[in-house]
Amino acid sequence: MTHRLPGFGLGRIRQLGVALHHKDRHVSVKTIFSRRSPTQPRGIAWARLAAALVGLVLLSAIGAWALSLRSEIAPIARPAPDSFSSEQVQRGARLAAVGDCVVCHTAEGGKPFAGGRALATPFGTLYATNLTPDERTGMGHWSLDAFRRAMREGVARNGEHLYPALPYEHFHKIDDEDLAAIYAFLMTRGAVEQRAPRNELIPPLGFRPLLAGWKMLFLRNEPFRPVPARSAEWNRGGYLVEGLGHCGGCHTPRNVLGAEQWKTPFAGGLAEGWDAPALDATNPAADRWNADALYRYLREGAHPEHGVAVGPMGPVAHALGQAAPEDVRAIAVYIDERMHPAGAPSSASLPPQHALPRPIVENIDLAARVQPLGSTVFAGACAGCHATGASMLRAGRAGMADLTALKSDSARNAVMAILSGLRTPTTDERPLMPAYGDTLSDAQIAAVAAYARARYTERPPWPDLERTVAKVRKDRSSP
Amino acid sequence: MTLRLQINGAERAVEADPSTPLLYVLRNDLALHGAKYGCGLGQCGACTVQVDGRAVFSCVTPAGALEGRAIRTVEGLGTAERPGVVQQAFAEEQAAQCGYCIAGMIMRAQALLDRNPSPSDDEIRAHMQPNLCRCGTHMRILRAVRRAAEMMRAGGRASR
Repeated sequence: MTHRLPGFGLGRIRQLGVALHHKDRHVSVKTIFSRRSPTQPRGIAWARLAAALVGLVLLSAIGAWALSLRSEIAPIARPAPDSFSSEQVQRGARLAAVGDCVVCHTAEGGKPFAGGRALATPFGTLYATNLTPDERTGMGHWSLDAFRRAMREGVARNGEHLYPALPYEHFHKIDDEDLAAIYAFLMTRGAVEQRAPRNELIPPLGFRPLLAGWKMLFLRNEPFRPVPARSAEWNRGGYLVEGLGHCGGCHTPRNVLGAEQWKTPFAGGLAEGWDAPALDATNPAADRWNADALYRYLREGAHPEHGVAVGPMGPVAHALGQAAPEDVRAIAVYIDERMHPAGAPSSASLPPQHALPRPIVENIDLAARVQPLGSTVFAGACAGCHATGASMLRAGRAGMADLTALKSDSARNAVMAILSGLRTPTTDERPLMPAYGDTLSDAQIAAVAAYARARYTERPPWPDLERTVAKVRKDRSSP
Repeated sequence: MTLRLQINGAERAVEADPSTPLLYVLRNDLALHGAKYGCGLGQCGACTVQVDGRAVFSCVTPAGALEGRAIRTVEGLGTAERPGVVQQAFAEEQAAQCGYCIAGMIMRAQALLDRNPSPSDDEIRAHMQPNLCRCGTHMRILRAVRRAAEMMRAGGRASR
């Protein structure tokens, strides 16, 4: 194992760095605008890109003209709470947990579902709307028809287009019965009068009719098609994952216009500064996951052989703790199959997770040799919790060699964890990682991350790590 | 090896392994006993000091990583005879019960007030959140931070 580093030469590292750096943009531009092969001359590609852009503008204009004119759905008197059955409301509550409506539609420290939470996007800041049945500022006047149209087509009751931060790319797959239950749940919440702040978007994106063009390009109205050859559980899982659960919202890469690239579903995306790991066979820990492990992780927000759900995944797992257990189980079964598609070694043949042999990588001497600074920082900052025999491992928590963040091709999540520390709503287990952004420099963080990667994985070093740290630090301070 | 650290405005040379947590260097080598050892895991805040004006846990900060950085401990704010504004406010509000958390609380509060002399209650609570007090004097601590802010605005010194 000591020969691994020399074998991984600088040229290769540079190549990897370039490939990774350009990966998102390259794929997205190619997917939307052209079919340029890597060998095609640049001029042709640019001409195509320009033509495609002009076409896009034209399409958007036509789309806007044709589709932007959506009618208002007549206001209704606010339905009495007792007009819904308690069974329906409870079902709606469990479904709303699968969709995790509350996380986006609740301001920091605010009343649940009353909106106002800021969502930073590459296009500006959006503020979530009020879902409580308040007549003036919420959904009090919304009929079930209006709610259904908003969820499936992204059109508000008054006919305005809604931004795709509301994942109607997925929600259009939700069936009538489930939508009615979610509606019943929301309309029986306490009414909160609270108007969301105005969105702050890059001009001209504040002009909502443009969204009609976006929808024409990217919104596919395909219901979830059950696969008869699969189990009922798998089909339920697929229906939830692809629809209400909108897992692809974070775990599928997006193109330059913010639409999910449906040709590479679950290939991994970016969410609030964190990498959302791939949920397909390319997940760096695919061999360590199966349906049981996924179920426990999703339900409890932690798994002793994978660690805790952090970043935006923390609230997701927190909500799934309140969803119907059988629905979470179905989601786990479906994701398990996406991670282990036919042909790849099937996890179905694996023993339960706790019986899997646990590979412990511990290249302590090699790591200290190649990363002496990282070794020093690790000893002073990290070892108290993470070293063999330290508190976390004694408490049965995940070891460093278990962490997907250290095995990933991208260093982003490891760097995020070191810079910002970890917080999660799902577990009272302590210690949770403190932030080191104020104590360690970019070079020190890069060194300790490189050290951890060398000590606890068999993967090649992350290229350009110090630059990654600087970039993540910058992204973090200006979302 | 010899570490050169800027502590409370003076350079101090210490013979220590660079991985030694700053807390141990402060307490064992420099006899600065304000910062306390609580959990040793960066969870409780009893060891809080400032690095370049930011509140940090000295128990999980390798001293060798801090050469060239400005370190400030509670001893740098004032003395029993001439306390700093925040120290004064904590004393006047009798914010300490057992007192073990207080040096850390003061250092974290000082970091907030140096940047923002008029914090809202929400800002104070959010900023002080990492530091724990097991006696339960949180309400007094919050009052002390508010009082310190008022004293500063009324012309007191941020610190000595």
